[in-house]
Amino acid sequence: MGAVMKIKPFRLSLLGLSLLIPAALGAVVLFLLLYAGQAISFNGFGFLGGVNWNLGNLYSDPVMTRGVQVPSGADYGILVFVVGTLLSSGIAILMAVPLSVGAAIFLAEAVPGTIRPVLSMLVELVAVVPSVVFGLWGIAVLIPLIGTYLAPSGNGYGLLAASIVLALMITPIIATTLLDALLRVPRENRESAFALGATHFEVVTKAMLPMVRTTLVGGIVLALGRAMGETMAVVMVSGGAINILPHSVFSPVSTIASFIVTQLDSAQSDPTNMAVRSLAEIALVLFLITLAVNACAKLLSSGALNVRSRQH
Amino acid sequence: MSAAASIKARRGGLAARRAIIGGLGWAACGLALLLVIGPLVDIVGVVSWHGASAFSVKLFTTVTNGTAGGLLNAIEGTAVITVMAMIIAVPVGVGAGIYLSEYGNNKLGSVIRFLSDVLTGTPSIVLGYFSYIVFINALGWDFSALAASITIAILIVPYLARITELALRQVPNAMREAGFALGASEPAVVFKIVLPGAASGVMTGALLALAISVGETAPLIYTAGWSNYLWNGKLTHEPIGYLTYVIWTFIDQPYAASHALAYAAAFIVMMVVLAINIGVRLVVRRGKAV
Repeated sequence: MGAVMKIKPFRLSLLGLSLLIPAALGAVVLFLLLYAGQAISFNGFGFLGGVNWNLGNLYSDPVMTRGVQVPSGADYGILVFVVGTLLSSGIAILMAVPLSVGAAIFLAEAVPGTIRPVLSMLVELVAVVPSVVFGLWGIAVLIPLIGTYLAPSGNGYGLLAASIVLALMITPIIATTLLDALLRVPRENRESAFALGATHFEVVTKAMLPMVRTTLVGGIVLALGRAMGETMAVVMVSGGAINILPHSVFSPVSTIASFIVTQLDSAQSDPTNMAVRSLAEIALVLFLITLAVNACAKLLSSGALNVRSRQH
Repeated sequence: MSAAASIKARRGGLAARRAIIGGLGWAACGLALLLVIGPLVDIVGVVSWHGASAFSVKLFTTVTNGTAGGLLNAIEGTAVITVMAMIIAVPVGVGAGIYLSEYGNNKLGSVIRFLSDVLTGTPSIVLGYFSYIVFINALGWDFSALAASITIAILIVPYLARITELALRQVPNAMREAGFALGASEPAVVFKIVLPGAASGVMTGALLALAISVGETAPLIYTAGWSNYLWNGKLTHEPIGYLTYVIWTFIDQPYAASHALAYAAAFIVMMVVLAINIGVRLVVRRGKAV
């Protein structure tokens, strides 16, 4: 390139296009932050810990509280939705991990190489089914099943339905991550375990799985991030809860994402706009949670690469 | 003698136990695979059954009327939003992919790649809410095709960039060097050698992005709105219908006709998404066949 940097219009224009991606992300964060600003100062730290989401009296004159105009009695707390998000995706992970580990092991070791591509494609296809179609299936098939056989109230909508649908949606993420890792385990490691007299199942569980543990955890964390941000399927099967924490797996719940979808209509009726601003604050909270989870997944998967290269 | 026999017996017992554990383990793994694939088969079956039985000529020729009628407005709206989103996203995504693959092996490239991954991981409802406060509230566009398309474009650009980058990296360096040796300029090498060489990969990315935009709902709810009428060509100040809206709202109506429309819409969306994904995978696999 030499000492003098030549200006290259072609490269610069491509760079300009690629900088639009960080710019879009920056705009999303910046405008949510700006718009939520008043809500953040009004809500303070009680936002995360409050159980009640109360729009206040929208028909009386707004009152001045903590320097901003809000409807009288307005109180925004999102603990119910944070708990709903953590519980539904936590239970989904508990269900998805054994399923995807089992499926990945079976695909990697028990299925003949000729039909493995077909079966692994089917697993991948689970991940591309749109969220709203999962929700439709939940309403048509899952909700009646839960309502008839499990829920004491006979109402199938709730935490369990949301968790099951989420579990199905994230299973392929964990399963395909693990399958790829299992197929990359060096032949020598497998064969030496066989040579020690291990059964085939012992080779998989005691020699291969420990080698891909970090990748597996990375896949699980990635799936957790996906489950937390999932919206439509949860909106359709979770029942929707406000101002009450779930007390059993059959309780209706709202997640942060589903609450944003279902509440904007009522929030718009607030003349001070504080409810819409508080929803922007919720969206920011969801963004930060998923960002943290995805960053963990990224760290774990890069860590896994280091382990692999050290072994070679 | 008896000690040896008992050791032998214990060994035999241990071997039997290990074999049994193995057998149970494989059975559990097989069952897990069935539980992963089973629901997919059931989803496709249920949606196809109800969806196909709701098909009629009227479905494709008339607009929705309340929660009954046809789906023409929704099909048109999804097509409009998807095409406009692709028009916005493909140049940006492919351009970014070219930059990252050809000139992005530096700090700046890593930063862009990282932020692109962050955007991929951002829940789509967050993007939808951002668009709501910016395009609908601040810019005053009202629910509109343009707001919806820009939101979907933001959603799919990182995918396009990543897949384009991966496809371009598959093109051997020798081909680039051959081009430069012939005196070709950088744009000529990129557009006449690298991009054609990776055309199928870039097409794959575009098709997958298309499938994502057809199946999305959350980012459209507060950007597209909903309309019972055909699109009148206005980019702003005019709400537009889309197929996924029909699925999640009409299924909550108490009428059989609404349910039929929801299933029909789900069937169309699911078929487009699955056809694209299966097609792409079959082509990619054939290309990679040894």
